[in-house]
Amino acid sequence: MAKANMSPNRNPMPSQEAEVRAHNFDEVALGYSEETAIDEAMRCLNCKNMPCVEGCPVKIRIPEFIGKIKEGDFEGAYQVISKSSSLPAVCGRVCPQETQCESKCVRGIKGESVGIGRLERFVADWHNTFSTEAPVKPESNGHRVAVVGSGPSGLTCAGDLAKKGYKVTVFEALHTAGGVLVYGIPEFRLPKKIVAKEVEGLKALDVDIQTNVVIGKTLTVDELFEMGYEAVFIGSGAGLPNFMGIPGESYKGVYSANEFLTRSNLMKAYLENPNTPIMKGGRVAVVGGGNVAMDAARTALRLGAEKVYVVYRRSMEELPARKEEVEHAIEEGIDFRLLNNPVEILGYNNPDDARDPKNGFVTGMKCIRMELGEPDEKGRRRPVPVEGSEFLLEVDTVIISIGTSPNPLIKDTTEGLEVNRRGGIIVNEDALTSRTGVYAGGDAVTGAATVISAMGAGKTAAAAIDNYLSNK
Amino acid sequence: MYKIIKKRVLNSAVIELHIEAPLVAKKAKPGQFIILRVDADGERIPLTVAGTDASNGTVKIIYQIVGGTTKKLSVKEEGDYIEDFVGPLGVATHLEGLKKVCVVGGGVGCAIAMPIVEALHKMGVETTSIVGFRNKDIVILEEEFKANSDRLIVMTDDGSYGRHGNVTVPLKEMLEAGEKFDMIITIGPLIMMKFVVATAKPFEIPVTVSMNPVMIDGTGMCGGCRLTLNRNGEKITKFACVYGPDFNGYEIDFDEAMSRGRMYADFERHAYEESCNLFKKEAK
Repeated sequence: MAKANMSPNRNPMPSQEAEVRAHNFDEVALGYSEETAIDEAMRCLNCKNMPCVEGCPVKIRIPEFIGKIKEGDFEGAYQVISKSSSLPAVCGRVCPQETQCESKCVRGIKGESVGIGRLERFVADWHNTFSTEAPVKPESNGHRVAVVGSGPSGLTCAGDLAKKGYKVTVFEALHTAGGVLVYGIPEFRLPKKIVAKEVEGLKALDVDIQTNVVIGKTLTVDELFEMGYEAVFIGSGAGLPNFMGIPGESYKGVYSANEFLTRSNLMKAYLENPNTPIMKGGRVAVVGGGNVAMDAARTALRLGAEKVYVVYRRSMEELPARKEEVEHAIEEGIDFRLLNNPVEILGYNNPDDARDPKNGFVTGMKCIRMELGEPDEKGRRRPVPVEGSEFLLEVDTVIISIGTSPNPLIKDTTEGLEVNRRGGIIVNEDALTSRTGVYAGGDAVTGAATVISAMGAGKTAAAAIDNYLSNK
Repeated sequence: MYKIIKKRVLNSAVIELHIEAPLVAKKAKPGQFIILRVDADGERIPLTVAGTDASNGTVKIIYQIVGGTTKKLSVKEEGDYIEDFVGPLGVATHLEGLKKVCVVGGGVGCAIAMPIVEALHKMGVETTSIVGFRNKDIVILEEEFKANSDRLIVMTDDGSYGRHGNVTVPLKEMLEAGEKFDMIITIGPLIMMKFVVATAKPFEIPVTVSMNPVMIDGTGMCGGCRLTLNRNGEKITKFACVYGPDFNGYEIDFDEAMSRGRMYADFERHAYEESCNLFKKEAK
């Protein structure tokens, strides 16, 4: 075998030029070639104690799949990953690897860690392009399981159970399967054909996906049991968007990030002549510093905004978004207004003409400067307003991306399902809720978190459901 | 795909459809709504359920042609299919314990008022219906209202049918004459509901209003349907899709709701004209 690649730097990811991609919705990162992938794989030292695996929420056997890449056995690499992850093409693109597997990589001590996420993506894309291996339908074990929601946790749970021979039905409230992968994460970060491919893969395993069914409304959890499902997994997602509670949030031009992204992604408002409207162009302020805020800011830019601000009340150090997304956003010209906090949204009001069509539209956002004070209970330094430092940001659109609160629809219609003070479903270490046979995971349990942690929860639940039904 | 079982044209701009959706038909109650898409890549639009028939699994909807989507829907015929149909969403109208009710409907809102009147009638509640339309040509469901109401008053803006004037005129007369209702339920244009609330206020009669804001998913995820409620001097935000569409009329900020309702007015007009042009081209 060739000698290890001891370069301190990882192979850069080929990407669209910032000034080009800022005006299109095509994927930003283009992916490694076979040669680059092998070269990058050679940087892996194949550590015996595999610290990287510890950093992975679904425990992918990372050195093993990288070993296969070194040998040029890309399909073999894919098979290693797919034992642990149902959605490698997705995770290779959206996982915050820098805080997970890559943060534990030994190569990261004296240089850059191995580009594990980039290699995962390469392997998954290679498989999706070249593999002709049809998935093997396992023999049915006769048990039926219902999965609520077709986001990352639901798809993972469904996939794992289907591979074990369970007959799984996934119920999705929207008209397309994929959950946040479809309505939330934009095309330029996760092309929808990749999600569709993963969903097709599940269908090939005989998973039945029923769209347009809202559990808690169309059917209840109890009715699912009456229909013959023996276990239910709830992966219904994050729920209701939070607003700031400041004056002016109802002016026209104020969106939740969920609404803005759903209009653009799921409803395809980014296309020419869309059927669903969205405010395009002008000056845009996105409030918040998470991945969703980055997605909203970069979507607004691509929809033709002349200026996009990200307004975040802490500093760059605390900004929670995935590092690569922040770097991409900065390259594309997004203006980060750090240590700033909105206090009021201002709107147009023509006192002489109540019918002026401009009435009620956003004209600006009043912000206040912040400084970091004492650490809070999570150890993050608390932002404190600087008195008298208010200033005006002239904008036409405000997109609020400060998190979500759990959706009450399932809790309100499922007797005996316990939730915590915030409304998140309470589960034990096996993802079991307070109801026998009812499991839950993902944002419905934790509140807004990552795709991979939701997948991890879906995996845990699938194992627990298998255990429960095989011993029943 | 969801099949159109029956179609009835109620007036030049208002159409009734019976759509096969057995799960929704089994569950839907008066006051709840559905969301549909006419075709792939189509817009999601919310429409209030106008009735159900559990025997053949159909849900009745009545809609007015106002924009591109409703225009596209209007050319679908019996036996055709629409892409998506999901529900029932929202909370059903609370009717328990009511003895005497006045239902005030305006325009196509009368279609939504109808199942409520029907339910009240079945419960043996003394029901007065006041329904208002712009003119004689667009009066809908008069027979149905007559059959289910103890008293029916039809109003037209131009006096071409029934009594001349707004729905608030007879309402005010009744209230001033000392008539008491346990509840006034009103469904129609925001401006009409605003004035129904204003009319009822001096008489301290509870008013339930049915809101129909812009929404996408209908399950609480987007927040586009948010309304501002003034509750005990405090402003609170509620999502109409999850907590509504019915609200206490005295709490609603109607001016804000009206302003938000016009957010995409230009887009709607444009989409409507586009679809008309498209149909004209096809016709040629």
